[in-house]
Amino acid sequence: MITIPYTTALTTYISYGLLFAFGQFRDFFRKIFDWFSTNGLQGYAPICLGLEDFYVRRLYLRIQDCFGRPIASAPDGWIDVVERYSNDYNKTLKRTTKTTRCLNLGSYNYLGFAASDEYCTPRVIDSLNEYSASTCSSRVDGGTTVLHTELEESVARFVGKPAAIVFGMGYVTNSAILPVLIGKKGLIVSDSLNHNSIVKGSQGSGATVRVFQHNSPSHLEEVLREQITKGQPRTHRPWKKIIVVVEGIYSMEGELCKLPEIIAVCKKYKAYVYLDEAHSIGAVGKTGKGVCELLGVDTADVDIMMGTFTKSFGSCGGYIASSKEVIQYLKYACPAHLYGTSISPPAAQQILSAVKVILGEDGSSRGAQKLAQIRENSNFFRSELIKMGFEVLGDNDSPVMPIMLYNPAKIPAFSRLCLKQNVAIVTVAFPATPLLLARARICISAAHTKEDLTRALEVISRVGDLVGVKYFPAEPNKEEWQENNVQGGAKLD
Amino acid sequence: MASTTLGVLKSALDWASITLNAPFARAVVFGVPIGGHYVVEALLGVAIFFLLFQKSYNPPRQPLTEREVDELCDDWHPEPLIPPITEDMLYAPPVLESAAGPHAVINGKDTVNFASANYLGLIGHEKLLESCTASLEKYGVGSCGPRGFYGTIDVHLDCEDRISRFLGTPDSILYSYGLSTTFSAIPAFCKKGDVIVVDEGVHWGIQNGLHLSRSTVVFFKHNDMNSLEHALERITRENNRASKKRRYIVVEALYQNSGQIAPLDVIIRLREKYRFRVLLDESNSFGVLGGSGRGLTEHYDIPVEKIDIITASMGHSLVSDGGFCTGNARVVDHQRLSSSGYVFSASLPPYLASAAITAIDILEENPDLITKLKDNVALLCQGLANIEGLSIVSDPLSPLIFLKLNNSTGFFNEDLKLLETIADRMLKEDSVFVAASKRSIIDKCNLPAGLRVFVSAAHSESDLLKACESLKRVSASVLTGIN
Repeated sequence: MITIPYTTALTTYISYGLLFAFGQFRDFFRKIFDWFSTNGLQGYAPICLGLEDFYVRRLYLRIQDCFGRPIASAPDGWIDVVERYSNDYNKTLKRTTKTTRCLNLGSYNYLGFAASDEYCTPRVIDSLNEYSASTCSSRVDGGTTVLHTELEESVARFVGKPAAIVFGMGYVTNSAILPVLIGKKGLIVSDSLNHNSIVKGSQGSGATVRVFQHNSPSHLEEVLREQITKGQPRTHRPWKKIIVVVEGIYSMEGELCKLPEIIAVCKKYKAYVYLDEAHSIGAVGKTGKGVCELLGVDTADVDIMMGTFTKSFGSCGGYIASSKEVIQYLKYACPAHLYGTSISPPAAQQILSAVKVILGEDGSSRGAQKLAQIRENSNFFRSELIKMGFEVLGDNDSPVMPIMLYNPAKIPAFSRLCLKQNVAIVTVAFPATPLLLARARICISAAHTKEDLTRALEVISRVGDLVGVKYFPAEPNKEEWQENNVQGGAKLD
Repeated sequence: MASTTLGVLKSALDWASITLNAPFARAVVFGVPIGGHYVVEALLGVAIFFLLFQKSYNPPRQPLTEREVDELCDDWHPEPLIPPITEDMLYAPPVLESAAGPHAVINGKDTVNFASANYLGLIGHEKLLESCTASLEKYGVGSCGPRGFYGTIDVHLDCEDRISRFLGTPDSILYSYGLSTTFSAIPAFCKKGDVIVVDEGVHWGIQNGLHLSRSTVVFFKHNDMNSLEHALERITRENNRASKKRRYIVVEALYQNSGQIAPLDVIIRLREKYRFRVLLDESNSFGVLGGSGRGLTEHYDIPVEKIDIITASMGHSLVSDGGFCTGNARVVDHQRLSSSGYVFSASLPPYLASAAITAIDILEENPDLITKLKDNVALLCQGLANIEGLSIVSDPLSPLIFLKLNNSTGFFNEDLKLLETIADRMLKEDSVFVAASKRSIIDKCNLPAGLRVFVSAAHSESDLLKACESLKRVSASVLTGIN
């Protein structure tokens, strides 16, 4: 749980209040002007309702330049950020041809497969020439090539499940699978901070959705007990089935799921477990097999394992791994399998090759090195940030580390100042986080060297001092602290 | 009679007031004579006051004890995660050992491929491969992030510009998957209370979008303009607040589930009459219809501004992946922060964006691709005109030729099984690859099942003739037992 310091909460509320007041003030004048210049569309309700895009017009546009910065290179350890300018107070941004070389702390390039790779890229290009860029067809029609079947086998083996099915997009994987597995008369118990794709998938399924407190097995148990005793709303018939949906690593918090405890609860109450490993697969665990490996959970205890290839594997798409029967059923029933274009063959080849590198089947130890590197990088970076006094969320070993900013004014300041010193950082605000809990998010990659990270830490520390986001007192430097102690000791003598 | 009753009543009332007043007949408090009825009223007042302050009746609450809850939890047994696997579910699609071009290798045999929507025949086009290779070398495969967080690569912006330039719209927005385009774009513009009039034959992506938007959805009969007009008329009439709500007509330009083409000229007339906005899904018509492939608007010679929102998948004629939505700047900008499939998903792999750009370039340079495609479609339609047991339901211009059974069994799955047998035998006996239209259990479309034949500009005349012959022969042999 994030506890906001009292004064920070107050100033944040005041900031948003001011922004809201000025926004309303400007809207008022806008309305007067619009009244004089009536638009041509009579009889139509406006396509974007007034308050629906208030946030965009009056808050987001002011700091638009901090988001969606285009890059002109692969999203590797260093990127070329394209410079933009605006002539109308940030309303529209125009691209220039100039780029700045920046250290990339924003992309989900955990294992460094984003850039061209000595093992993967030649194979990907071969696949492109052999299979072309697309099959123009869904998997059940003409979209299943040898690569696709090989990929499914490879993923199932990598994840540690009997079978797997792959899709062309991670978001669709969640939002098209949940409606197949569960419908009306079913219950989805979802973590409060689950990703939007899970939320939309749950909504699409028509099942009842109950939320449990983020990462709290005890509250999950409470919810399950209450729901099983109560049954379905109004009819009070027992639920057909209950699916508990959790994520391996929460992308906005950097926290690891308390999987062993949650599985114990689910087993006790006979609920099915759906684990979304979008950020954890490939990135954590001794051999990159995700949170199950890291936390010592038997994959047989997780009924449905979902993950994406966008992050660690540097490709696109998503997978579901489960028992043979479930996969067979999904292949029969899942709309994304029946209607969606099959995953592009070169992207499939990228995943296949990346899995081989991770497992060391390419004949080198690069995979193991990458995994060691990302763990070391993440833990080093996290401990240094905490020492500096930043409020860092998340657990050790997780390559995602959010730094809390809170105040709306600190979002652009932090982002722009870092960019000025050639460090590209992601700042996250509403709608990806609650309004009050704006943060900067750092994603560490195995492609970063120690020098890169030290440089980044220096920049972040400097910017942190300037912007005032070191909410905790800095830990004294160890040597200094010891020296002081020794001096103190000497005086006593 | 009446007077005697009144008289009795009056005397009874008199008697009552006398008896009431009797105890306090002469009592005067502070100069006010107190009638007996005051006493009665005061007593009633006290009674009400007393009752008001009584505790209301509460049935004794008996919450379940921990043990009872435990027992209930033990008693509860969930259904299995999936229903038992039946034979229907065991379908395994043919596996291609080559690219899904006009000819593909299946089980080591060269096969004519009519199962890929490679309308313009661009699979394996040299220019496309070159641009993809260059892009792969420069940008790698994935974009490793959503558009907001350094997942915007310059080719994405170039691709958006290219699409807008090609279609003549002010702006467009790229999605990373064709299927997610509609089900993200629709909820961005429709919320609870808005009204959507939609064709009953739309594909699942649109259905899911409608469901997620929670708007009021009204279906009209598949491609039936009278039914559409009725629906519009009824909504406008029944709902006097209709002008305050956002109203949309959602149609597909070329229906994936039937191959029919939406009569856009009528739709435009109706939308102007009833003031609805139009959302048009051009997934199968982009790059196909119209003189230069600009889709249904060009086909009907209607300015593209008349359509408010156009969505399309790039996984068909553009031989790429992903999708786009195009329209005016307000429509596009709104999606950049409100469309969940755009905000919360990793962006399109850059090489696929390059592929789309190059495909549009090729299309613009070679308008004869479209004439070739039209010729091929006409040829195949002509060849299939007198086929036994099946009939063409798709539009004569549609490169997606949809054949349904003449004598349906009445059950979708039974029909599908028959069609699958035909497709299977065509593949095995004649090496012609066509696909039956499968349907997901959560798809609410109820159009009949059929065989889908995707014609490509790259098919040669002999390919088409072979397909015709094979289809006729196999369908006659499979269906004669039934007909």
